[in-house]
Amino acid sequence: MKGKIYWLFLVPSAFILIVFFLFPLLIMFYYSFLQRGVYGGFEPIENVKEYIFNFIWLKNYIRVFDPLYIPIYIRSLYIAFLTTLICLLLGYPVAYYIAFKVKPERKILYLFFIIVPLWTSFLIRTYAWILILRDEGLINLLLMKIGVIDKPLPLLYNEFSVLLGLVYGELPFMILPIYASLERIDISLIEASKDLGANEFATLKRVILPLTFPGIIVGVVIVFIPTLGSFIVSDLLGGAKSMLIGNLIQNQFMIARDKPFGSAIAFVLSAFVLLLLYIYRKFLGGKFEVL
Amino acid sequence: MEKVASSIEQALIEIQGVSKSFGNVKVLNNISLSINKGEFFSLLGPSGCGKTTLLRIIAGFEKPDSGRIIIDGVDYTDAPPYRRPVNMVFQNYALFPHLNVFENVAFGLKYQNLSKFEIKKKVLEALELVQLSGFENRKPSELSGGQKQRVALARALVLKPKVLLLDEPLNALDPKLRKEMQIELKKLQHNIGITFIFVTHDQEEALSISDRIAVINNGQIEQVGTGYEIFERPRTEFVANFMGARNLFNAILHRLGKHIFEVELPNLVKFRISMNDEKIKPIPDEFKFVVRPEKIFIRKTPLKNSSFVSVPATVESKLYYGASTSWILRANGFLIFVEEQNRDVKFRQDFYPGEKVYAVWEKRNIVFLETR
Ligand SMILES: Nc1ncnc2c1ncn2[C@@H]1O[C@H](COP(=O)(O)OP(=O)(O)O)[C@@H](O)[C@H]1O
Ligand SMILES: [Mg+2]
Repeated sequence: MKGKIYWLFLVPSAFILIVFFLFPLLIMFYYSFLQRGVYGGFEPIENVKEYIFNFIWLKNYIRVFDPLYIPIYIRSLYIAFLTTLICLLLGYPVAYYIAFKVKPERKILYLFFIIVPLWTSFLIRTYAWILILRDEGLINLLLMKIGVIDKPLPLLYNEFSVLLGLVYGELPFMILPIYASLERIDISLIEASKDLGANEFATLKRVILPLTFPGIIVGVVIVFIPTLGSFIVSDLLGGAKSMLIGNLIQNQFMIARDKPFGSAIAFVLSAFVLLLLYIYRKFLGGKFEVL
Repeated sequence: MEKVASSIEQALIEIQGVSKSFGNVKVLNNISLSINKGEFFSLLGPSGCGKTTLLRIIAGFEKPDSGRIIIDGVDYTDAPPYRRPVNMVFQNYALFPHLNVFENVAFGLKYQNLSKFEIKKKVLEALELVQLSGFENRKPSELSGGQKQRVALARALVLKPKVLLLDEPLNALDPKLRKEMQIELKKLQHNIGITFIFVTHDQEEALSISDRIAVINNGQIEQVGTGYEIFERPRTEFVANFMGARNLFNAILHRLGKHIFEVELPNLVKFRISMNDEKIKPIPDEFKFVVRPEKIFIRKTPLKNSSFVSVPATVESKLYYGASTSWILRANGFLIFVEEQNRDVKFRQDFYPGEKVYAVWEKRNIVFLETR
């Protein structure tokens, strides 16, 4: 009896995890080994033995590596990498500014402004960018009015607009963990650094950056992973050539009606992300206990 | 170009009229101090009196509202911390958790244009100085409080600052280790000859370790002097109290002759003292004096000797501490505290609560306080 009662408290969260996460994943995992039916849906398996020993169940996974799709993967990695890098370069100074330069009683206000856009649907905020970037959009109209340009700038439906939309959407998720790790730094460490002769920049490099490395890693991971699987931004703000893995997966479910293939891509993507996390843990995880 | 040696000892650090407020709370009020080269100088005062703030102003972490900080003839009031020839040992040590002991100690040497070889040599020397040779590769999290303390000391001393600032560095140590570190610190300071400004709220620590002490109360300097002066000749009620001179008397002074005065403790006792004009001048007709508990002894009969004062009193209680016994006597509304060293296995005399006795002290042990 002793101590066993604690397990009861785990039941609700275990229930939620199983029903809403594990169960759907298992279903998708099962789908990924099936074949698309003629009218969508699934082709019934007639001969189980043949299905298994002729590796028909692996067909979707083999197709994932079709050279046709490789450029999409490379592009997705490139876009995700660039988005993460830009978020880091923009987010760190912002987090630093709020943590060290803003008066304590005003920090809440600044954080509020970073979080408040998240209260609006991401879809709507992405549509809003169309209104700003398109040929007759806010920026182009304004620039033409003051006579800087006489032809609208091509701001929409290209790589620039995709990156802009992704960076815009992911920036808070970079700022917040870095801010949290900056706030945790003992001020006397920064003072000690200056006391020992390091100026502001040297203190940033030798004390603040190393101590916020865990926050940076968290920010990088939670920006990189969703960006790698994103599809809304490239769908709305990207041109015809800007298909990403996310769009590819979405297309299988919504347009091609090939649920098995879509599931297979999704699982390969997940496996890839897990591999990255594993490599990170293996080489850096011992030094910085974050993931 | 040669500096002309002056016959008067040159102050290494001059704190001139420093004031500081946080919001509308005045934390430091017109602090002026001169600290000499090679001195072990302590700032002593109760918690919240402004010691840390003064140290932080010297280090450059706070800007004073007014006043100047002069070190070795150079005005550093507006210089950032990293340009000042002072280093600090922080109250919580502030060791860099991501660096090992060697890297922590080497941190500031990077700014002294040294070769890798010289840096290594200096770090190892500094670690030897604080008896931590062999700990180079440890992380701060793998050190005890006393060891962290030594690393913090080595990290500052290796830079050979003109002044080392120490903010209650021994506070986190247990009493035994603390005593040992006091002795070590004193020895270290003597050997390397760097000026120390040491903050503490512990009177005994300040007395045992310092060349001079500044007692601070409420952001103001109450008294500056050697340990002996602060302890035996406190000038203000605060200092007397803070140093444990618990017997404070309100007295009236009557002038009898040119140098002869009568001191009256109303309804208690009158006695004569002689003082020269210079000494008596600052003392008004009504004044306060203190007598330290260990300067008083108890007798069953008054002492008929003109250099002693005998005050009739009743024994109220006795506390036996082993090395000493402390008595509380009541004398017409006053409480008189007496502390007696137990120099022999046998009590010299024992007294019982309610017993009529005399509190006796020699007149030269009376300390007249300045009134503010
Ligand atoms: N940054 C600050 N902001 C506001 N008040 C402060 C600040 N630093 C210190 N104080 C106040 O100043 C007073 C003196 O503090 P401090 O110098 O730390 O005293 P001590 O070191 O003698 O204990 C205290 O009342 C403290 O609350
Ligand atoms: Mg303090």
